[in-house]
Amino acid sequence: MSNGRVVILIAVMAAVTALLRFLPFWLLGGKRKTPEYIAYLGKVLPYAIMGMLVVYCLRGITPLVWPHGLPELLAAAAVAALHLWRRNTLLSIAGGTVCYMILIQFVFR
Amino acid sequence: MNRNLLRAVILKTIPVMTGYVALGMGFGILLVSSGYGIGWALAMSVFIYAGSMQYLGVSLIANGASVISTALATLMVNARHLFYGISMIEKYKEAGKLKPYLIFALTDETYSLVCNDNGVEGSDPHFYYFLISLFDQIYWITGTLIGAWLGENLNFNTTGIDFAMTALFVTVFVEQWLTSKNHVPAVLGVAITVACLVLFGSELFLIPSMALILLSLSLGRKMLDKEAAEHE
Repeated sequence: MSNGRVVILIAVMAAVTALLRFLPFWLLGGKRKTPEYIAYLGKVLPYAIMGMLVVYCLRGITPLVWPHGLPELLAAAAVAALHLWRRNTLLSIAGGTVCYMILIQFVFR
Repeated sequence: MNRNLLRAVILKTIPVMTGYVALGMGFGILLVSSGYGIGWALAMSVFIYAGSMQYLGVSLIANGASVISTALATLMVNARHLFYGISMIEKYKEAGKLKPYLIFALTDETYSLVCNDNGVEGSDPHFYYFLISLFDQIYWITGTLIGAWLGENLNFNTTGIDFAMTALFVTVFVEQWLTSKNHVPAVLGVAITVACLVLFGSELFLIPSMALILLSLSLGRKMLDKEAAEHE
């Protein structure tokens, strides 16, 4: 791909991301008080969205076909276990990622 | 600048620093391993500044995606930012000159830090949020540059490094689980998304998932809002 096209794709990603971040402030950011319903969504949505993102990240696994998503599920379980054990974000992320790399590079080749 | 404020910001952002440096490194390594150098990595982390989107962006760029599909993918992956914005309208209302940057830099992690924080006594809360946002982006850029440098100078098999993104979200999910008493929204998020993934397939499931999550949380408001109030 030419450099010009890469610049365009990066600009598109940047513009759409910024649009999504600014839109609520433009549409709902008047001087009036935020509606209670919106405030409620702001409170409960982050939990649901994080669950959605975990599944989104694991969307590529194939439960019915070898390796049955085992590398991803084992590594995700390792992340959760590490986090329950030490509650150290860096340790959980780094440990889980290394675990996954070992699993797919050496164990489930 | 007030030293207490700076200290508070650094202490507050340490968890994000560790996550962002690690995740930024993963992104830098990934981009370089796809054939794009450190300058591209820097440009993406400065101008896009959205972790999971940048990971996805690597594969879009590497596969020569069209402008339309890039725009749609960004829309789907980052639609959740609409919700962050919605819940920050009140908080950022009077931010003045800092407001554009505060909104631009409202990533998942920055949101998670500022959404329940009311600032430090004796200093302007908006300046405090601004510093948190700025520090977070600096961590992200630093991680990106370290990763791109490693990718260009070290030779190792990076297959699977993109799992850093999954690991980050699992970590945040577990952390949220531990700090909240009401697990219904989290369970709904997982259950609905899995159901939509099975029903619609991995290309199309994100939009119906978001719609159904929004719908179920809206319908369940009476119950969930009451429980939330009881736990506060």
